[in-house]
Amino acid sequence: MGELKPTRRAFLAGSAGLVLAVSLPRRLRAQSNAQTFVPNAFIRVAPDNTVTVLVKHIEFGQGTWTGLTTMVADEMDADWTQMRAEHAPADASLYANALFGIQGTGGSTATPSSWMPMRQAGAAARAMLVDAAARTWDVPAGEITVSNGVVSHVGSGQSASFGDLATAAADSTAPAEPTLKTSDQFTLIGKNVARIEVPQKTNGTAQFTIDVFRDGMQTVAVAHPPKFGATVGSFDATAALQVSGVNKVEQIPSGVAVYADDTWAAFQGRDALDITWDDANAELRSTEQIMTTWATAARDGGLTAEETGDLDAAMADAAQVIEAEYRFPYLAHASMEPLDAVIEVREDGAEVWTGSQIPTTDQATIAGILGFEPPNVTINTMLTGGSFGRRAQPDNQFVAELAAAAKASGPGNYKLQWSREDDMTGGYYRPLTVHYMQGGLDADGNIVGWRNNVATQSILKGSPFEAMIEGGIDATSIEGSTRMPYVLPNSKVTLATMDSRVPVLWWRSVGHTHTAYATETFLDELLEKGGKDRVQGRLDILSGDAGRDRAVLERVAEISGWQGVDAGNGIARGVALHESFNSYVAMVADVSDDGGQPRVHKVWVAVDCGIAINPSIIEAQVAGAIGYGLSAAMFEEITLLDGGMVDQANYDLYRILRNTEMPEIEVSIMDSSADPTGIGEPGTPPIAPAVGNAWRALTGETPKRLPFVRA
Amino acid sequence: MATTLTINGQSHTVDLPEDVPLLWVLRDEVGLTGTKFGCGVAACGACTVHIDGEAVRSCQVALADVWGDVTTIEGLGTPDNLAVIQQAWIDNQVAQCGYCQSGQIMQAADLLANTPNPNDAEIDDAMQGNLCRCGTYPRIRAAIKDAAQKLQEA
Repeated sequence: MGELKPTRRAFLAGSAGLVLAVSLPRRLRAQSNAQTFVPNAFIRVAPDNTVTVLVKHIEFGQGTWTGLTTMVADEMDADWTQMRAEHAPADASLYANALFGIQGTGGSTATPSSWMPMRQAGAAARAMLVDAAARTWDVPAGEITVSNGVVSHVGSGQSASFGDLATAAADSTAPAEPTLKTSDQFTLIGKNVARIEVPQKTNGTAQFTIDVFRDGMQTVAVAHPPKFGATVGSFDATAALQVSGVNKVEQIPSGVAVYADDTWAAFQGRDALDITWDDANAELRSTEQIMTTWATAARDGGLTAEETGDLDAAMADAAQVIEAEYRFPYLAHASMEPLDAVIEVREDGAEVWTGSQIPTTDQATIAGILGFEPPNVTINTMLTGGSFGRRAQPDNQFVAELAAAAKASGPGNYKLQWSREDDMTGGYYRPLTVHYMQGGLDADGNIVGWRNNVATQSILKGSPFEAMIEGGIDATSIEGSTRMPYVLPNSKVTLATMDSRVPVLWWRSVGHTHTAYATETFLDELLEKGGKDRVQGRLDILSGDAGRDRAVLERVAEISGWQGVDAGNGIARGVALHESFNSYVAMVADVSDDGGQPRVHKVWVAVDCGIAINPSIIEAQVAGAIGYGLSAAMFEEITLLDGGMVDQANYDLYRILRNTEMPEIEVSIMDSSADPTGIGEPGTPPIAPAVGNAWRALTGETPKRLPFVRA
Repeated sequence: MATTLTINGQSHTVDLPEDVPLLWVLRDEVGLTGTKFGCGVAACGACTVHIDGEAVRSCQVALADVWGDVTTIEGLGTPDNLAVIQQAWIDNQVAQCGYCQSGQIMQAADLLANTPNPNDAEIDDAMQGNLCRCGTYPRIRAAIKDAAQKLQEA
């Protein structure tokens, strides 16, 4: 999700109150038998001495299980080997994202929003274990120490594990304000502790949604309209019902559902349906038609989102005015696990297994469709094969489809399984976007004017989150275009919000996916035209309060040995700097011309994401984010043909980055005492402009239409 | 019709149409879910298993065409007795979302069986059909080299 902070006040109020004040849900109470110590909604200490952390953020590769568990373990002074993690159930009263007000993962907030609550939970549990030991041994609590999961009293020579103390600790009172460690006392935070769920992802035992099988479960495949906005006109299920293993066919709001004994039968049955679609409300325009319309809107300009000085006067006085138009395609998330969800519907409620990125609204939507109260719908969040935003749906699209399919069929167990083609042609894309830019230079090559007109489709408009749009400006459309770290006198950023029937959604780093490219390549071009070095030129115009931006830029110049854009041997260098989600990232990319296409050899990265909880995971996230961003910049494009059909249905036509195209990556993490900020997304925005800038150094032209390599 | 397969050293008889892809036989019928569905058209490698030791895309092998003994990620090693390559995957902290990793590991195991000490180009060539959307490619390469070294020392 974008950088939405609708409930900042709720965060401040909530962070002071601590979860310990809230009562435990029934499910946890039921598990809180005589021996298991449940100090709060986030922690269970079992008699076998394992400590399980209930993680309220989905683990889909970014490391939340390990990161949040590390926060708890450090404050408990636990031993890492005793720590376990599992997903928390859907219950916003206990597990809301402090930054959203509802339970959900997005906007690279899992770590920052958990930093205080999880440490407080761990510190409280530690205090209660110490209290239990003090009462058991009849010694002063102040003389008790805890280290590596062992509670000790030196004076009496007594010691115990957390598991030993679990029963007694259940009688301890939770402290109102547990004492937290200072950063110099951390034992696990800052270390490369091993990821909790990596072994199960290596031996085949990890349970993803697709791996859930229930007694009598039917697998459901849904035939979706081939054009966005189209609906079912009529259909003939005769042939589908003759497919071995197919049990039933029902029309549901999103299409025609085929129910079968297994996945293959469901897919075969779906293929055998004969459907006539009603295109009356369908999007019939091609990508080219849409893009032409939006390019015109970008040139005309839209609502003013940010303005400084007098741009028109500055441009009139400028010695040189440069313009550029950037065109960005629709992008599919293309996560490796196609969308899927499992439900058991009973007369009195339902249980769901899925990679739920917004459990609160997934729960409410399913409950609404099935006629239950939300608490009667249990959500089991599963390990998930990527998402990159796709499963954070304001309209809860695919779980709604599952609920509708279940409702049409009646009580029982159902697995909704999308094929790759469903997933890739199903929309919810990164919006197609056009930036029209103008820059003015004075006679000395200094930037005196900056115009950035954005034309794009709003992610929030028409969604349940529409209230977050302020003054007609959807912040996710322009984030990264405004509040730039540079002093750009006489600047104007405008937004033209465009409409289409193609559903759009946040895609790893959201608006920054296009704004970073447009701003950082255009700025780079202006610096070149002004005769400036691309690093020093940036440093010269960074504002006085952009210290963290400055530091990462200086660091990346240092580790890459930056001496300008020419690296010799046919290799050119590009640099880019971009803050997103409160993390600061600068990159230098070494690029050569490989038969008319960029080949990226090496990328140096400096990143400041506050206190580095797990440097190994940060390095992996940054490398992965570079792969994701480079993949889009190089190859990715969803196009609509004339008539509105999507042209790319699988990985054969929607090309994503392969191992042979992955550059060598060197990451330098800044030392910091600032609270941790996100790292799932911030590595994505700078890679495309770094490569684009290198390409201009090689060829004289910035790629203005993405992807660089068009089919 | 009834078909008998040897999977991870055990005999399984399944009663399914003979055109059902091995992928779905393994997952939906036999209950070996470590092998993953990613694309269904042999374009991603998530469903990679071994038949008679050779890495194949199980989404493209019909039940009737399975020509030898099948090995899946569950048969490569067990949680308590991991294959060397699986341990290397853990030591190098390769997995992010983890969904493609069974296929990556099975492909890499085939590579090491035929090329015990692969160089970068040989690794790139052998692994380029296995997509990873999380971008774990650098650690995959490191893990393969690590495993190659450990296998040679063993």
